[in-house]
Amino acid sequence: MLKAFENGADGVMVVGCLEGDCHYLSGNIRAKARVKRVAGIVDKIGLGAGRIHMYNLSAGEGSKFAAYANEFVERIREMGPSPINVARLKEA
Amino acid sequence: MITGTPKPIEEILEMLEPYDKIIVAGCYGCVTVCRVGGEKEVQVLASTLRLAREAAGRKIAIKEISLERQCDPEYIEQMRAYVQDYQAVLSIACGAGIQFLAEKYTTTPLLPGINTGFLGVTERQGEWSERCQGCGDCVLHLTGGICPVTRCAKSLFHGPCGGSVQGHCEVSKDVPCGWQLIIDRLKALDQMDNYTKLKPYKGWNTSRDGGPRRIVREDMI
Ligand code: SF4
Ligand code: SF4
Repeated sequence: MLKAFENGADGVMVVGCLEGDCHYLSGNIRAKARVKRVAGIVDKIGLGAGRIHMYNLSAGEGSKFAAYANEFVERIREMGPSPINVARLKEA
Repeated sequence: MITGTPKPIEEILEMLEPYDKIIVAGCYGCVTVCRVGGEKEVQVLASTLRLAREAAGRKIAIKEISLERQCDPEYIEQMRAYVQDYQAVLSIACGAGIQFLAEKYTTTPLLPGINTGFLGVTERQGEWSERCQGCGDCVLHLTGGICPVTRCAKSLFHGPCGGSVQGHCEVSKDVPCGWQLIIDRLKALDQMDNYTKLKPYKGWNTSRDGGPRRIVREDMI
């Protein structure tokens, strides 16, 4: 997740299966806790916690996936480029 | 294992203020098991630091490494070829490992990336608790396998004290009274006579009171 920000992502959307319906039983619940940790990290270092978010949906919910993706992209657009990309632009 | 918790990132960033090129060094021993200083945590910390510094307009170059154990000289030696190329080493091993690195690389500043905790056990994934304080004169055979030094907040040898209420220690309702645990266990084992075998006082000369301790095993040298 942090690597994605290092690689220039303005936001990171994590998608897991529905809670209670994970092939790995609690994998998505653990992922949620990890995402929460990373949100705390990116917030503390000034990127903004909102730049990472986890969504849960099933493999059959294509349209929901598209709607979540659009919603997330919109949210990140509103936040603007991450301070990393701002710093990189300045340097360039 | 030796446990620990990560230092707040603000504190680490402050420590790193003078430096632009560092090593973040993990350990595959205890701190990997308690998820605070292994390879994965090296990656997370290094990424965090790079992002934080770049966002602040001052990049930092980081070499990420993990040693088999930072408390054994042969593994520490593996860093010798390149350590002088870096301004500092941020170690996320336990305090013993960090100090041993500092002893071996005397011209490089060593910085602690974690707060070392206690000798403990994994209760469940993500939860650890203390069991032993390394007193140097173990009495577990007399106390039903429950350590009075660690589990009793006052390290008493003749508990429970008057602060024990319904099985809880007076320091917190969440802390079981160590001596209540011991008595219950001794009763269950039918070993209550052990209670009278406990020494009237404990000699702490094998513990920390004599300063830093050393073990020399002639048969191993
Ligand atoms: S350096 Fe510390 S954490 Fe690493 S193996 Fe040794 S005692 Fe355990
Ligand atoms: S009695 Fe001493 S050595 Fe034994 S578990 Fe307790 S602190 Fe550790």
